Amino acid sequence: MGMTMSQKILAAHAGLDEVKAGQLIEAKLDMVLGNDVTSPVAINVFEENGASSVFDNTKIAMIMDHFTPNKDIKAATQVKQVRQFADKYDIKNYMDVGQMGIEHALLPEKGLVGPGCLCIGADSHTCTYGALGAFSTGVGSTDMTAGMISGKAWFKVPSAIKFNLIGKPQGYVSGKDVILHIIGKIGVDGALYKSMEFTGEGIKYLNIDDRLCIANMAIEAGAKNGIFPVDDITREYCNGRYQGTPVEYTADEDAVYDEEYTIDLSTLRPTVAFPHLPENTRTVDEIGEKEVKIDQCVIGSCTNGRISDLRAAAEIFKGRKIAKNVRCIIIPGTQKIWLDAMHEGLFDIFVEAGAVVSTPTCGPCLGGHMGILAAGERAISTTNRNFVGRMGHVDSEVYLASPAVAAASAVTGYITDPEKLG
Amino acid sequence: MNAKGTVHKFGDNVDTDVIIPARYLNTASHKELAAHCMEDIDKDFVNKVKEGDIIVAEKNFGCGSSREHAPIAIKASGISCVIASTFARIFYRNAINIGLPILECEEAAKEIKSGDVVSVDFNTGVITDETTGKTYQAEPFPEFIQNIIKKGGLIKSLS
Repeated sequence: MGMTMSQKILAAHAGLDEVKAGQLIEAKLDMVLGNDVTSPVAINVFEENGASSVFDNTKIAMIMDHFTPNKDIKAATQVKQVRQFADKYDIKNYMDVGQMGIEHALLPEKGLVGPGCLCIGADSHTCTYGALGAFSTGVGSTDMTAGMISGKAWFKVPSAIKFNLIGKPQGYVSGKDVILHIIGKIGVDGALYKSMEFTGEGIKYLNIDDRLCIANMAIEAGAKNGIFPVDDITREYCNGRYQGTPVEYTADEDAVYDEEYTIDLSTLRPTVAFPHLPENTRTVDEIGEKEVKIDQCVIGSCTNGRISDLRAAAEIFKGRKIAKNVRCIIIPGTQKIWLDAMHEGLFDIFVEAGAVVSTPTCGPCLGGHMGILAAGERAISTTNRNFVGRMGHVDSEVYLASPAVAAASAVTGYITDPEKLG
Repeated sequence: MNAKGTVHKFGDNVDTDVIIPARYLNTASHKELAAHCMEDIDKDFVNKVKEGDIIVAEKNFGCGSSREHAPIAIKASGISCVIASTFARIFYRNAINIGLPILECEEAAKEIKSGDVVSVDFNTGVITDETTGKTYQAEPFPEFIQNIIKKGGLIKSLS
């Protein structure tokens, strides 16, 4: 029986010729990731169990991105604990303020993940790297500890849903709209325990940032991982960057899928997820002109904090002003993205429009810091979750959208189709 | 191994942000996390919950973030078991890894009500609603996972 892309990567890392959906395997890891929220718990487990060494100090990444620059004494204490651990075990990819970025923007950029690699991360959006043809999935802190000690993890081999993407996206439609459309269609548990495999001739119209955004939100459909095949766009991005040896896997022609969907990208419209689930989607055509008033706009995160996202926002903000009483916070995902955006003149556009530009941080996405909402406030955000209380008060609301829609909404003060800006 | 307690009932898609809001993730202290367990979905939960109580929820329990703080907060609040129609996969792994018993049973998840007294036999997977007298059969864990549980968690099962 044929295997999917995900199954082939798992089989190769388990030293098996073939795996089947449902099979329990133990596989070797190429990268183990944690952040400033999940690493402290992993380190506590490591120490409580008397562990005294890590499997490979070059294959562990600890990225201090959630509450950094440290938002309070407790956060600073957590980062201090991770820094001391990283020093003790000489963890090569420990990155703090000055080197760090949002982990899922940073690891691909630094070439720490790439085609064919197997990565676990104690962060649910670790599924992002599937954009590069990797198998990567989020786990908890104890799994991270086990991975750090043994270099291995157990997996139940997932079955898969195939998304055959055809056609070329039109107008302001981006990777974010593609994934919000899909989650709206299959629901927040539509891919529970499964792989989401994105394929078809339409993927050639999706740049690497679009693909990273799509794979990033596979978890919002409950998926174990999201994955794209490797093509020239991936190769161009990874060549000279990926520190490992790239291995390209393609699904067998007779691979079995639980379900198959064909999505015509040319028919999609800019899409917004309404509170309080990413599946509550509406296209901009289904939202009234002054139906949803906003108080804050956030453009950033592991979903949409990359250079193409900032360019898309700048295109909207150029020569325009942000509406009165709307706070607009722009967060480049990494130091490199920050520098690129500055050199391209995007910061002038943002600041002249009335936005602020932050240092890289997950910050407001999870209600950590740098843009918390009060009761009754609403944000449009390019982030990935709009759960109750996600960005602040339990009575605040988050609407998820692309950078173009978020920027257009910041300009008018209401959720707005970028095409309708005067 | 058994559990018995009063049920706290929740619906679909209870996410990890409401189980333990991110504003409290600046600590790994089990006690501090437990003090805010379920705060954004039921403010009064921490006052009502008693040692041994049971959470029953419907589909996709624990969706969202990978924070292990979520099952830690639930366990440290005194909850002895979570029964749901389905669990989000990272929560499922985390619960097993930290030794919080969880069971998947759609019928029980639908029918059991808040305030019912429920007992669970983890060896057989039989759930008994002692208030209504009805019994349910949960899906047994695969043998591989049973071994992790028997050995006292993931890290201890490594050697």
